[in-house]
Amino acid sequence: MKLTKTLLATSALTIAAGMVHADAHMADEMTIVSWGGAYSNSQQKAYHDPYMEKTGVKIINDESSAEAVSKLRAMKEAGNVTWDVVDVVASDALRLCDEGLAMEIDPDEMLAEGDDGSSASDDFGDLLVGDCFIPQIVYSTTVGYRTDLVGDTPPTDICAIFDTETYPGKRALEKRPIGNMEWALLCDGVDKEEIYDVLETEEGQQQALDKLATIKDDVIWWSAGADTPQLLADGEVIMGSTYNGRLFSLIEEQDQPVAMMWDAQVFDLDGWIIPTGLSEERQARALDYVRFATDTQRLADQAKYISYGPARKSSAPLVGKHAELGIEMAPHMPTDPENAKNTFLYNYEFWADYRDDIDAKFQAWLAQ
Amino acid sequence: MAVLTPVSRTPASFYASVVAAFGAFAGLLVGTAQGSGLIGLILGAVVMGAAAYLMAEVLGKEKTSRYGLALLMALGGFFIGGLVAAVIGALFGLFFGWLTFWLYEGRYRAKVAPYLTPGQVLWHYTFRVICGAIFIFLITPILVVMPLSFNAEDFFTFTPEMLRFDPDGYSLKHYRDFFTNSDWQNAVQNSIRIAPVATLLSVGFGTLAAIGLSQPHVPFRRAIMAILISPMIVPLIISAAGMYFFYSRIGLQGTYLGVVLAHAALGIPFVIITVTATLVGFDNSLTRAAANMGANPVTTFFRVQMPLILPGVISGGLFAFITSFDEVVVVLFVGSAGQKTLPWQMFTGLREQISPTILAVATILVFISICLLTVVELLRRRSERLRGMSPG
Repeated sequence: MKLTKTLLATSALTIAAGMVHADAHMADEMTIVSWGGAYSNSQQKAYHDPYMEKTGVKIINDESSAEAVSKLRAMKEAGNVTWDVVDVVASDALRLCDEGLAMEIDPDEMLAEGDDGSSASDDFGDLLVGDCFIPQIVYSTTVGYRTDLVGDTPPTDICAIFDTETYPGKRALEKRPIGNMEWALLCDGVDKEEIYDVLETEEGQQQALDKLATIKDDVIWWSAGADTPQLLADGEVIMGSTYNGRLFSLIEEQDQPVAMMWDAQVFDLDGWIIPTGLSEERQARALDYVRFATDTQRLADQAKYISYGPARKSSAPLVGKHAELGIEMAPHMPTDPENAKNTFLYNYEFWADYRDDIDAKFQAWLAQ
Repeated sequence: MAVLTPVSRTPASFYASVVAAFGAFAGLLVGTAQGSGLIGLILGAVVMGAAAYLMAEVLGKEKTSRYGLALLMALGGFFIGGLVAAVIGALFGLFFGWLTFWLYEGRYRAKVAPYLTPGQVLWHYTFRVICGAIFIFLITPILVVMPLSFNAEDFFTFTPEMLRFDPDGYSLKHYRDFFTNSDWQNAVQNSIRIAPVATLLSVGFGTLAAIGLSQPHVPFRRAIMAILISPMIVPLIISAAGMYFFYSRIGLQGTYLGVVLAHAALGIPFVIITVTATLVGFDNSLTRAAANMGANPVTTFFRVQMPLILPGVISGGLFAFITSFDEVVVVLFVGSAGQKTLPWQMFTGLREQISPTILAVATILVFISICLLTVVELLRRRSERLRGMSPG
């Protein structure tokens, strides 16, 4: 009997303790959604930690950006939006904006002025795509290669991907058409200016797929940003595309025998959106956070931890050295003139119109 | 085991060819690693067949030739691929030395019944090899993870340093990361806060349900049982999506209580099934006897019934606990980032950054599970022994 009583008492206590603990937690928290890994780390150090110190709000990280669109749809359906600020790529922001899932932003009113006195809309300039997107960084998808596996002539041209004679071995490419189709056409002799005109046509799409088919047996298709660094570190592939920040960490922080091939890197933007359907109090807090996190100094601070370029023009001169390694970050930015000789900018308009169609063709081609 | 059958030496045509077949297989493995499977296959067969013949017929001395072969193959391995290959070569040598004399002296026949045909003897050993292979197949993925968790680099890769057994190739940094990183520590705390409460709820409700459903006079017993067990049968993703929309409407989505209730619902079927199974052997005249002596139903339950069905309750509880502790699908739907559990953290960690910290966590969890299961098994045996249910 004594044992039973003890058991019952502990059970009751455990449950009670759990509930009390849970209730105390709810007040003054905000959930910020991002990509995880080194990227979330850089945001934690550059934005979250100073913001928590300044305001006393507790920030919870949710690493769900990869499925942000579908999750926000489900939340709206269920009438219970649990996210306060969401980090998404620009194309997802455009979709969320069109569907009314993201709040419209007036940059000059809601965002901080640049440190140099320029208005927010001038400071961000062209990067303010869509009505809901608050730009944060410029990143690029580019190719890294194993310096010890490519022989005496390291590749400098994007077409090395398609040159299996000079560079035999597996390559890692992203499991989606964006970027790959452009590279394929470029290496099939299409003029860079005409690529999107060609890609609009059935024949053009087929031409790109045919070019990709020449290396299909040599490609490992990746879907998560961590895949290519792991494959390169293993020596499983001799070159592969991934985000430039991942390659930076692989080369500088992990000391792997890998080098960057900046040629034909595809620029893309990443930034914040604020979901619609928040209570007034939460929306005000989210706006306050975004205003703080996208000011000139904060954006420049982030570049201390990861090699993505700040979205404000006024932040560029403030970019300093890496916080732990002490190396200058400017030459590692995708936007550095040395690295940006030949670049693509993610073509939002084109892919908004053709993405579903080409995606379906690409996936069908993959399955063949 | 005692010798069942008198043994006699076998002819060279038998043992040499069997050893050659094994040699061909080993040669195929080595040859593939070195670039040509076919050459390895032929070379392995010829070399091992000849070695077997030499050792058995020419040298004759068993000990000398067995260790000699191991030494020779270790040296050969060393010339092909250094220290690790030497160790592998020595192991191969020991195996082939043993195999040759095991076959040559006819020892393989000693421990099987004398009336078995050669075919049955072959099957006897093939069966054991298959069992061993299945065991290895099941356990290898878990074992591979463990040394990798001590990797000095941030990748899921056996580095050359690790393969050379160089201490520089190993480090405890992923364990340090696990114990100092606030993400992981939050996840551990959440798991520890959620799993025990969910377990207590499942055990409480599950035990009561099982007792009620074992009474013959309850109407629609089968239907109720089927509904209660359904969370175990319905695909998890369906339950999870259903719970998401239902809990959102009533304000439980993204709360601690919501995750606990969801996990309790998943754990209840396990408790019901194990407790129902124990109740089959429960003698109902005991409760009647207790009632006869003036005990009310509650007292009867706690003092008579509960102690007897306790093993079932505990093992059901253990399953419920592990269900909650391991669960990732439902918590992804019902929880919010504030309830991020250990499996959730591992899941995002695998997707976004392939860091060996996950392997360190996995290793720790494997050890905890082994300890937990051992303790429960010991307790169960002890209670059975005390109640005289088993002779042990």
